Amino acid sequence: MGPYLIRRLLIALPSLLGISLILFTVLALAPGDPFEELATNPNIPPEVRANLRAKFGIDDPVLVRYVRWLAAMAQGDWGFSFASRINVDTLILQRVPTTLFIVGSSQILALAIALPIGIYAATRPYSIFDQIANTLAFVGFSLPTFFTGLLFILVFSVTLDWLPFVYRSDLAATGWRWYWEMFRQSIMPIMVLALFQAASYTRYVRSAVLDVVRLDYVTTARAKGLGEKTVTLRHVTRNALIPVVTLVALQMPAVFGGAIVTEQIFRVPGIGSLLISAILANDTPVIMAVTFVFSCLVVLFNLIADLLYGWLDPRISYN
Amino acid sequence: MKEHEIRHLIGQVKDGAMSRRSFMRKMLAVGIAAPIASQMLVWHDVAMAQSTRVYKPTKAGGGGPLKILYWQAVTLLNPHFATGTKDQDGSRVFYEPLAGWDNEGNLTPILAAEVPTRANGGLAADGLSVTWKLKPNVKWHDGKPFTADDVVFNWEYAKDPATAAVTSGSYNTITVEKVDNLTVKVVFKQPTPFWADAFVGVVGMIIPKHVFEPFIGAKSREAPANLKPVGTGPYKLVDFKPGDIVIGERNPDYHVANQPHFDTIEIKGGGDAVSAARAVLQTGEFDYAWNMQVEDEVLKRMETGGRGKVLSVPSGNIEFIILNTTDPWTEIEGERSHAKSKHPTLSDPKVREAINLLIDRDSVQKFIYGRGGTATANFVNAPAQYRSPNMKYEFNIDKANKILDDAGYKRGSDGIREKDGKKLKYVFQTSINAPRQKTQAIIKQACQRAGIDIEIKSVTATVFFSSDFANPDTYTKLYVDMEMYTTTMTQPDPERFLNQFVSWEVATKENKWQGRNVSRYVSAESDEAYRAAQKELDPVKRAALFIKMNDIYCGANVILPVLARTRVAVAGNTLTPNYSGWDSDTWQIGTWYREA
Repeated sequence: MGPYLIRRLLIALPSLLGISLILFTVLALAPGDPFEELATNPNIPPEVRANLRAKFGIDDPVLVRYVRWLAAMAQGDWGFSFASRINVDTLILQRVPTTLFIVGSSQILALAIALPIGIYAATRPYSIFDQIANTLAFVGFSLPTFFTGLLFILVFSVTLDWLPFVYRSDLAATGWRWYWEMFRQSIMPIMVLALFQAASYTRYVRSAVLDVVRLDYVTTARAKGLGEKTVTLRHVTRNALIPVVTLVALQMPAVFGGAIVTEQIFRVPGIGSLLISAILANDTPVIMAVTFVFSCLVVLFNLIADLLYGWLDPRISYN
Repeated sequence: MKEHEIRHLIGQVKDGAMSRRSFMRKMLAVGIAAPIASQMLVWHDVAMAQSTRVYKPTKAGGGGPLKILYWQAVTLLNPHFATGTKDQDGSRVFYEPLAGWDNEGNLTPILAAEVPTRANGGLAADGLSVTWKLKPNVKWHDGKPFTADDVVFNWEYAKDPATAAVTSGSYNTITVEKVDNLTVKVVFKQPTPFWADAFVGVVGMIIPKHVFEPFIGAKSREAPANLKPVGTGPYKLVDFKPGDIVIGERNPDYHVANQPHFDTIEIKGGGDAVSAARAVLQTGEFDYAWNMQVEDEVLKRMETGGRGKVLSVPSGNIEFIILNTTDPWTEIEGERSHAKSKHPTLSDPKVREAINLLIDRDSVQKFIYGRGGTATANFVNAPAQYRSPNMKYEFNIDKANKILDDAGYKRGSDGIREKDGKKLKYVFQTSINAPRQKTQAIIKQACQRAGIDIEIKSVTATVFFSSDFANPDTYTKLYVDMEMYTTTMTQPDPERFLNQFVSWEVATKENKWQGRNVSRYVSAESDEAYRAAQKELDPVKRAALFIKMNDIYCGANVILPVLARTRVAVAGNTLTPNYSGWDSDTWQIGTWYREA
């Protein structure tokens, strides 16, 4: 296990370097200018903009900028945002709690919906329940989040007037009221994400359980006289969950990465909305940092998933 | 209108024979924007009008929360770093300039005790200096007094190239001296007719010396106050999350009596314009949303809910079309649309005249922009309700056909006109934006009926408005026959705005297409008028010169103005906001109030 881990980490380094180089080059080649708004403003002489560009080193060759960025990154300096002139790490850290809360709860909710429905549907394949669950799952993951998001807003905010659709990170309330307000404003974004995620999880869980439920050892367990509940939960589910756990592990980077579209619709100040506004403002250091952190997480969780395989299924060896 | 006529009118205003308002209206009718007209009166010692706005609350506070929604979030709160209106507006809640521009273009004192005039000794007769008297007893949010030292410091801070201030252009050619604790003198290198730039409006917000002094120059980025402003404004900062939310609370020591009305203020950012309008007009979650770049039809539908209203104020921004008189399809010395080249057909004034007749400005306004703009024939525009009789616009396909027939352009078998083998086929470019594409379609249809073939091209805004000189599709390259965009007049001084009409600003490869004269059309007369206006201290003569420039370019049909844009915002029914087309939306946030 130890040598395997070291080998994987050593492979991860060059791939991260490669990723960063590609990201940097693509961003450098993309059109746009962080000081674009100044260009169309007649009151600001072009020299001011040229001066700013020179000061922030935007005019240097791509390779020079890349090496400079890499050297700073190696020392833990993430650079600063051109748009807000504050350090990128501060900017990202401000967004992490909200993203973890919204996307994290939606993942938990999605699992809470998908697991029981998937398992129940698989133990009674082609029953009415299974048919309905299947249909809903199909509908669920065919509807993009921007559609369900707008639909929720139209129904619950505009027509019924029950829920606010603008998420505010600083609520003016305290105590129980704060929790109530928080619940009211987060329920829609969480539900939109959770329903979408639950739909695809349900199908995964169902097919994984279906694969296991027909195996001989399940018949044996039943033959021993164990109750249906024990068979399903202890013998079937446990084994069926191996692929599901992997899937969830690979979803984890997305939890940190936020949900760009949903965050934009509900104005949730998460990492996703930070990324999209940075892209719109051509704020290269922020885009670079967010995408790079995201790729690091993908690499890391891939490794974790591989290690989880071995732990869940002792037959897999790492030599 | 000739110079002596204007003088006569000013005389009448001075004698009280004519009201200030009707003078302004007369000036607007000849295309002199309100701020300039107002400056003319100041020059002749007629005081600027005091804002007639009523502020009803009789005590400060008690108004509860004021919730504002911006669909672009505020990213920083240092006015000297503010690149966009969102940052300027956010900063303006906490910081204030010496004076700001109201809706009618009057200079309104804020941190100044009075607006400098020649009568009160503020304006030097030679135009080389202006002396500002500061309002006494103004305190920073931390309790320290506001003095002339702070004003002088802002000049030092902004002009230092190492500070990398966005405002540096307004400060690096002047010198600022402290006369006494409450008086500063701004000295210009040459006579400056438009003196109200430094310390005024969006570039004029004053930051405190005692807080920012250690962070002048290269260390400017490290100042903790970049995120925690200490200003003189009506609200104090409570919390700021860049790119998300700004929260402020009432400043109990604010220097204007009975202001502000609200106890807290919140500017939430992000999302898109349509849903921002929805949050104000339909759900009422927010009190005010800014810069509603939403089709008027959509706003009208939301307005029927009865929870809020759509507001619009005139601005100096103009949506216009350039007809390229240079040849965009042949490369000369490494660039297309070379200033010396000639367009095969658009260099013919008759063709340009015909195209100007094919733009159905009224329909564009009526069906596309609604309250977002007013059809116009002028480049320098007055408030919307007054149209210039100098330049006229007309939509007349028959007349266009006749002009082209007379000029010898015959229809070919494909219905497209041509002369000497040169067809009237044009590429018409603009940025991707639904109203612009609809406008393009309207113009294309009309042109088709006059035998002109238009190929529509739309470029993503980020490319179109970028300064990337490697990209052929930027608006300053003008590698097409026609293009359309909005140019902004952020400050009520047409001097910088009209540098788009001078020969030395022509966008070329040499200046990396940064020249402001995108049309590349040059006129010795216009150059001369501009040079004269730069030195002309008499606002009347100066205005006449600017009008001349407007008429030269619009009269030549090189610049085809389409719409004078307005600034549209939405507000809840009970809120009485005060925003100006010549300044920030939040320029007088202290005077906003809610009616019970």
